[in-house]
Amino acid sequence: MTLDPSAERLEPKAESDVLLRIRDLRTHFASSDGVVRAVEGVDLDVRKGRTLCVVGESGCGKSATALSVLQLVAPAGRIVSGTVEWRPDTAAPFVDLASVAPRSDALRRVRGGEIGMIFQEPSASLSPMYTVGQQLVEAIRLHRPVDEGQARNVAIAKLQQVGIPDPQRRMESYPFEMSGGMCQRVMISIALSCNPALLIADEPTTSLDVTTQARILGLLERLRDESGMAMLFITHDLGVVAEIADDVVVMYLGTVAERGRVDDVFYDPKHPYTRALLRSIPGAVGAVGDRLPTIEGAVPHALHRPAGCPFVARCAHAIPGLCDTIAPPVATFADGHETACHLYDAAVGPAPGPPDHHVVGVAVAGPRSRRAPDAPPIMRVRDLATHFPVRHGFLNRTVGHVRAVDGVDLTIHAHQALGLVGESGCGKTTLGRSLAGMLEPTRGVIEYECADGSRVDIAQQNRRQLRRFRGEIRVIFQDPFSSLNPRMTVWQIVGEPLRNYRIASGSEVEDRVSAMLTKVGLRPDHMSRYPHAFSGGERQRINIARALITDPRLVVADEPVSALDVSVRAQILNLLADLKADLDLAYLLISHDMSVVEFLCDRVAVMYLGTLVEVGDTDALFRAPRHPYTELLLSAVPKPDPRASDRARRAKTVADDLPDPSNPPPGCRFHTRCAYVRDALCRTDAPLLRPTAERHASACHYAEELALGQDRLAAGGAGVEPVR
Amino acid sequence: MLTAPVPADNQRPPAAASKRMLVWRRFTRHRLAVAGLAITALLAFVSLFGEFFAPYSAEYYRADYAYAPPQRVRLLDGGWNPHAYGYTSTADPETFEVVWDVDTSVKIPLGFFVRGESYELLGLVESDIHFFGPRDPDAAAPVYLLGADRNGHDLLSRIIVGTRVSMSIGLVAVALAFLLGVVVGSVSGAIGGWVDSLLQRIGEGVLSLPTLPLWLGLSAALPPTWDPLKRYVAISAILAMTAWTTLARAVRSRFLSLREEDFVRAAYVDGARLPRIVFRHMLPSFSSHLIAALTLSVPATVLAETSLSFLGLGLQPPVVSLGVLLHDAENIRVVTSAPWLLLPGVVLVAAVLALNVVGDGLRDAVDPYQAGRP
Repeated sequence: MTLDPSAERLEPKAESDVLLRIRDLRTHFASSDGVVRAVEGVDLDVRKGRTLCVVGESGCGKSATALSVLQLVAPAGRIVSGTVEWRPDTAAPFVDLASVAPRSDALRRVRGGEIGMIFQEPSASLSPMYTVGQQLVEAIRLHRPVDEGQARNVAIAKLQQVGIPDPQRRMESYPFEMSGGMCQRVMISIALSCNPALLIADEPTTSLDVTTQARILGLLERLRDESGMAMLFITHDLGVVAEIADDVVVMYLGTVAERGRVDDVFYDPKHPYTRALLRSIPGAVGAVGDRLPTIEGAVPHALHRPAGCPFVARCAHAIPGLCDTIAPPVATFADGHETACHLYDAAVGPAPGPPDHHVVGVAVAGPRSRRAPDAPPIMRVRDLATHFPVRHGFLNRTVGHVRAVDGVDLTIHAHQALGLVGESGCGKTTLGRSLAGMLEPTRGVIEYECADGSRVDIAQQNRRQLRRFRGEIRVIFQDPFSSLNPRMTVWQIVGEPLRNYRIASGSEVEDRVSAMLTKVGLRPDHMSRYPHAFSGGERQRINIARALITDPRLVVADEPVSALDVSVRAQILNLLADLKADLDLAYLLISHDMSVVEFLCDRVAVMYLGTLVEVGDTDALFRAPRHPYTELLLSAVPKPDPRASDRARRAKTVADDLPDPSNPPPGCRFHTRCAYVRDALCRTDAPLLRPTAERHASACHYAEELALGQDRLAAGGAGVEPVR
Repeated sequence: MLTAPVPADNQRPPAAASKRMLVWRRFTRHRLAVAGLAITALLAFVSLFGEFFAPYSAEYYRADYAYAPPQRVRLLDGGWNPHAYGYTSTADPETFEVVWDVDTSVKIPLGFFVRGESYELLGLVESDIHFFGPRDPDAAAPVYLLGADRNGHDLLSRIIVGTRVSMSIGLVAVALAFLLGVVVGSVSGAIGGWVDSLLQRIGEGVLSLPTLPLWLGLSAALPPTWDPLKRYVAISAILAMTAWTTLARAVRSRFLSLREEDFVRAAYVDGARLPRIVFRHMLPSFSSHLIAALTLSVPATVLAETSLSFLGLGLQPPVVSLGVLLHDAENIRVVTSAPWLLLPGVVLVAAVLALNVVGDGLRDAVDPYQAGRP
């Protein structure tokens, strides 16, 4: 271990290493409702060759802080006070970027030249009108005295550096011809084109798949090690922090709640907010019993900043009369570990000593009450396929089919939660919609067992006949913002199915809506409000209420928590688990997030390119996957445990993107990306989903022979072994 | 276990401003649009109560005052006593040009809220009180503040009444076009498939025809024996026939983008049938955009009516509209000797400009991409 170059990075560096020094930064936004104090006195230091992660829920001022460095905040915003001192290397004097004129040459030299920046949405950050090459060459020539030809050579070298295959050809590609992961690589190459001393990355992997995210994180880490640059990394995902950070700053409502080295913050968190954040991650930490610990409520809007400690309203340790009146002082621990909390204030007396001191990796995932396996099936799917025609040209001729779902066999049992996982584009949403009767499948059988025991093939029903089942098979939508009609009140939205299916009328609707709102944790007297008066988590509760109001038997939930913040996500997952138990529901839970599925589901189906590659009980599948793709997915999930994150494992993840679903590869569909691909059999014969163990099926020719998931256990990443 | 804990932030007050309030707030920030709205409101108010504001009726005429130039109002006469003087007209013996001289011997006292011709306000209230005019209804000479036309009508009174006709025909035509556009656009966007293709091709066909010849042809086909009201409705219908296409396209494109929204999918899953999805779930969410589009198409229609009437094919005398009034000014000789006949054009330009900036302001105010800009 002593030879590991990463080991020396863990040592604290002297002040002389600081490249970016932010002191008491305040960035305010003017709005029609008043001044929004997005950043309210932030101090942070970014050191040469190290990665500083700024972490917090949305609305905590992370991005505003990052944008303030280069004076890129939107026009309504303004740096009110504070300094942003910058030097490109340790020998140079500090320059205060906050006091440089925004349009000056000095700042322009820093932007893109000395400090590179990448953003969340890679395809939106690239201009669709120019090729990758043109955009790279422009970035290079803006800062370097080179001619067109030289710049092209540099550009190709940069593309090579960020791992883009065939860079010569890619220079001529337009951004829309590339996948999100490729676009992000191009963005990184542009940001790094002038060898900046600091890279600011604002949620660079949030919109990407887990597998792509793992590769991008690996790339960033490698580039940092090669070039010795510093990195300021903004994220809300603690798993990502554990992967990549050397130092961590936890932000809450525009202020720094805690700062320190990544190990100190993860293994010895001081601030109640940090602790709560770490505890509310499903799966990896191991929830205690059947519920995830949550943080009450949500981040308040920066307009309604409470007096005293900003976290006071949600803090379990709040001291009345102190925390809600006086801003907390900074308490300092070893190695620059600091927190702003009254609990460590000597004047307050001995710190109450929060109950569970060690949060990460200590709590053991107790055997969760998975449902008895013998529940009767509620839905049997046989050879289901849903194809979308690809139309082209003036006459809309069909030139091919996207085989979004291509031959799926699946059984959903009553009172069970079945998880459906896979990368984006694998067809899991299409499968969910087909099962819910929202899309007409191309072929196959969806045999639904009605409450009276009779069996109906959903796939053969016409629209009118389908209405009968719509009350029994319900859908929870992903996006809590777009799925609620902004022009209807909560009462109208939740009562809509009752009215349309003539389940209830008149005052009975009101009674049932009010009972359902109580059940999902909303106040019934809020039912005359419009959706915009609710926070994201509350809107998702409304969404759930609407799905459950008809007393369904099967609920298809398509990424129900992926648009929510960590703490709110835990609340909603608990709610879904409670409702399942109380109402005897069967779930089909579609998610790209393995930890969500692990927490909530009894069985898991893994989907790849329109087909299922593995089905099994959650525990068995997570412990011992029987398909290389499942292993890939599991290993790509960043674990919120800095020591367990084996930095080498990412080398195993393959570099290719998902193949074109309108022209899937022959043989095993996964063979183009499989690390274990062996012989002609994989490339020519499509493996069938076959039983490999009791209650477990896999579509791999070598399911029994491959030793999958072993290294995961060895690294302690499965969350079942205590680290300390 | 049945009741999940109520989130703590549930108690906070709901967001205060409704969508309508936000739109209004953004609209008022647009100074020019507010000015336009004020002008539009003034024109609408004055012309709506035209009989009251106009000193004479549109039919009142004094043949001996044909082409009389605007009269000057004098306010003082050894004290506050607004009055105007009469005219004497003499024909130039060589050029036969009529020369108007102020005749100070004929003094016409003016006043506010004076009695004059009787009228029915909005067809309801009978009255003979005019906002202003000669104090003596049987004065020897008329007072024409904006001059007279070739028949000796009071131009001011006729502009007021004509503005009402022109603006109302714009509104009626746009309302017809709106109805047609929303129905066609909704059907097209909500049903899709070959119905959509067919309706869109028809719309494109209409759009590809040059509008002026189409209007001319259609209005020339109107029987000359029709009474003014029939003609009025027919002209509105003709104008609406071309205006609906753009609206239908706007509605359809909105439908196509909304159809992919989750809340529309949710309504479908919730068992709402197509008409309910269209009218209850989808239309309300872009009604503000429609209103903005509508406001922008009113001035175009007002202009269209004016051009038709100017060419003599729209409304016909005795109906008075801005176009009919401008018809008098089509002759260069008339314009050089009686330039005040162009005044209806000034009112028209003011009305169209005002409506345009109101529409622009409204469009910007409802545009969510403008939101948040202080």
